Amino acid sequence: MAQAVGTAHLETSTGLDNRKLLMWLFLGSECLFFGSLIAAYLLYRDRSVAGPYPSDLFDIPFTSVSAFVLLMSSVSMVLALAAIQRGNVRGMQIWLFTTATLGLLFLSGQAFEFTEFNHEGLSLSTNLFGTTFFVLTGFHGAHVTIGVLILLSLFTVSLQGRIQQKDSLNVELAGLYWHFVDIVWIVIFTLVYLIQP
Amino acid sequence: MATEWPQTRRTGLADALRGAREMADQHYGIWSWIAPVDHKRIGVMYGVTAFIFFLAGGIEALLLRTQLIVPNAGVLNHDQYNRILTMHGTTMVFLVIMPLSAAFFNLMTPLMIGARDVAFPRLNAFSYWVFLAGGIFLNASFFTKDIFSGELGAPDCGWTCYSTLSSKAFSPGHGVDFWALGVQILGIASLASGFNFIVTILNMRAPGMTLFRMPLFVWMTLVTSFLIIFAMPVIAVALFELIFDRLFNANFFNPDKGGNPLLWQHMFWLFGHPEVYILILPAMGIVSEILPTFSRKPLFGYPFVVFSGIAIGFMSWGVWVHHMYTTGLGTVANSAFGISTILIGVPTGVKVLNWMATMWGGSLSLKAPMMFAVGFVAMFTIGGLSGVTHSVVPSDYQQQDTYYVVAHFHYVLFGGAIFALFAGFYYWLPKFTGKLLDDRLGQIHFWLMLIGFNLTFFPMHISGLLGMPRRISTYSEGQGWDIWNMLSTIGAFTIATSILIFMINVIYSLRRGEAAGYDPWDGRTLEWTIPSPPPHYNFEKIPVVHARDPFWHEKYTEDEQGRPIPVVAGAANGHPDEAHEEHGGGHGIHMPSPSYFPLIAALGFPIMATGLIYDYALVAVGAAVLFVGIYGWALEPATEGEEA
Ligand code: HEM
Ligand SMILES: [Cu+2]
Repeated sequence: MAQAVGTAHLETSTGLDNRKLLMWLFLGSECLFFGSLIAAYLLYRDRSVAGPYPSDLFDIPFTSVSAFVLLMSSVSMVLALAAIQRGNVRGMQIWLFTTATLGLLFLSGQAFEFTEFNHEGLSLSTNLFGTTFFVLTGFHGAHVTIGVLILLSLFTVSLQGRIQQKDSLNVELAGLYWHFVDIVWIVIFTLVYLIQP
Repeated sequence: MATEWPQTRRTGLADALRGAREMADQHYGIWSWIAPVDHKRIGVMYGVTAFIFFLAGGIEALLLRTQLIVPNAGVLNHDQYNRILTMHGTTMVFLVIMPLSAAFFNLMTPLMIGARDVAFPRLNAFSYWVFLAGGIFLNASFFTKDIFSGELGAPDCGWTCYSTLSSKAFSPGHGVDFWALGVQILGIASLASGFNFIVTILNMRAPGMTLFRMPLFVWMTLVTSFLIIFAMPVIAVALFELIFDRLFNANFFNPDKGGNPLLWQHMFWLFGHPEVYILILPAMGIVSEILPTFSRKPLFGYPFVVFSGIAIGFMSWGVWVHHMYTTGLGTVANSAFGISTILIGVPTGVKVLNWMATMWGGSLSLKAPMMFAVGFVAMFTIGGLSGVTHSVVPSDYQQQDTYYVVAHFHYVLFGGAIFALFAGFYYWLPKFTGKLLDDRLGQIHFWLMLIGFNLTFFPMHISGLLGMPRRISTYSEGQGWDIWNMLSTIGAFTIATSILIFMINVIYSLRRGEAAGYDPWDGRTLEWTIPSPPPHYNFEKIPVVHARDPFWHEKYTEDEQGRPIPVVAGAANGHPDEAHEEHGGGHGIHMPSPSYFPLIAALGFPIMATGLIYDYALVAVGAAVLFVGIYGWALEPATEGEEA
């Protein structure tokens, strides 16, 4: 199943599965992507020439809850992988679905936050805060959305009985991506919301 | 994209196209080109496409040079000049040198490490299609204005697209939108191939092919791929910022709202300097293969060449401000980056010295590939030296934005990368066409190109030092620039002639070239152990590697003075495998099945990009196409045999 041609069932030179190595490299690349976005946010922090400013808008308790929701989704992701590695398809399905639901919950929180900010006068073009904030958190939200799609796809395919213990790598890869997106949120939450000059 | 699972049921669509797939499976018919997964075929497609873009970029260059041949020429107006200049630079960097390097990654890496294909053949096809889509999309910008009345719609911001030249206010129209989205699409292609080649090189090596037995070209592919996967996301963010500014009125580079246009320059060059090494490291790899072969000596100081390549990879992240000395970052920043820039010349110099030491005392065979490789070393060295002159801050204050810089980067990019890529063509094309290129035509090509190149770009050092700014569409007489410009233009047409000769050579040799055989150059590495052209599966038996330059050691041992002596009579020019060429024929080797889903997925990007510019409804269409492609891809089995 690995695309490794002709060597599908042979060892790789490093012993690491091709697809897993690919995922790690992809996440490494993503670090630079989010790193650049976060850098732009930090560079422009406090440079807005007109309001509204972060302190006018941020609702820390609310965002803490949604950050917590996302954190918990990482736990359920771990449980999904653990389940399928033990051959427990049912368990995996339950936890995959839970993870996707928590992800969706987080996304609705973000949608609510965006609309709320918008009502209070912040748009992409209002000031530098609006520009950098929406682009940074928007790209993170897009990543979560893709993650949810992957989880739901896995879930659907597994309902057709096509994910068994031997296919646990699929879940593992989705998990790697999911945890990464989660960690990025922790960084964003800390740097953007919590630490305010 | 990342996930695949075994298929138990076929979808209707897949069923319907099964016949086509089977046809492609046998590697004939149009489907084998539309749905290729074979790295060699994809390599050829990369090469041919990039060469066509090379011709386009070359014609653009000729237009620019014609405009500059004399003061106040009336060939192009300012606006046309800016747009063609922008497209020339963007084309040569993103549509020529990068994909030509990718062509060699594709053609050579699996052969050189003893693999049957890359790690992810369909991802590989995806890279190619995305590249093609991005290239066409970028060039489509020409037609967004009334081109037939002389109005070009192409971007006009230069290949560096500095802010605020790129803002809506200074560049209305859609040119810059096409540029930003087009480069973004091309970045996706590069990223995908970067991942693919790292995994391939790390994971797919034949038994015994340890990292430090890998050919230099493979090493440079590896370093380049790492640079790609870390540099591309940086420019991706910069491009997104530009796109958001232009299409959705964001403020990243908008000084009115406190935005700082310099942010663009920082991000562009943080990407841009690694990028110039993305352009040159593969070329260095090619040359590091050719020099030993034609000197009949191993590469001198292999570990030094490898480690200096790696060092360049790391250091290339710490020099970007040398493009920004005149932006007022202050003495400390300028000094620090001046020092780091001088330091990056060191590993570069190490390589040059090792190449020279490789040739030293060798029995040189000055065939066309070798001529181009030696030309590379000489021309690249000149470019490296002028690079060091503008690493010096006060000196660069004079040189910045003059033709002197244009001379520098053409010595490294044309004298460097393009010379090496041609060396690679003469060296490796016979492996895939089965026909040698004509050496006499090759020599003529080389000398004409060398003369033309120096005639074009050497005078630019002088016109630059005389103060001629780059990126001007004309100039007035009496400034001492006339003669140098005249020479440059004559040189440009000389280069064009040499390229024509190359094309004639390729066509001629395809028809009646001498058969290449397995090993036309008495080569050292694994690709010469297999037929030309190689069978679909490359190696009937995966080779076992015992040394660096494995094929050489199969053919030769050394006498006490270190001179090579053939192992068995006949083995040196003949071939151990040649005798039993026919046996087996590769039956029973499982190769990946062709797939058209990468093409479908790739089509999604230009559709979405067009939608962003003209009509958001198209964005949804493009996204849907992308999804169909990705899901089809994820759900189809990778090889026909695997579904049961
Ligand atoms: C010995 C190593 C090198 C050094 C010290 C060096 C240094 C520099 C410096 C300081 C500049 C900025 C000049 C200015 O704008 O005033 C520059 C420009 C440039 N260099 Fe190099 N360089 C080196 C090698 C290379 C290589 C190997 C390449 C590409 C293959 C390259 C491509 C370029 C390009 C494209 C520009 C101009 C970018 C632009 O403004 O459009 N350089 N180089
Ligand atoms: Cu540079």
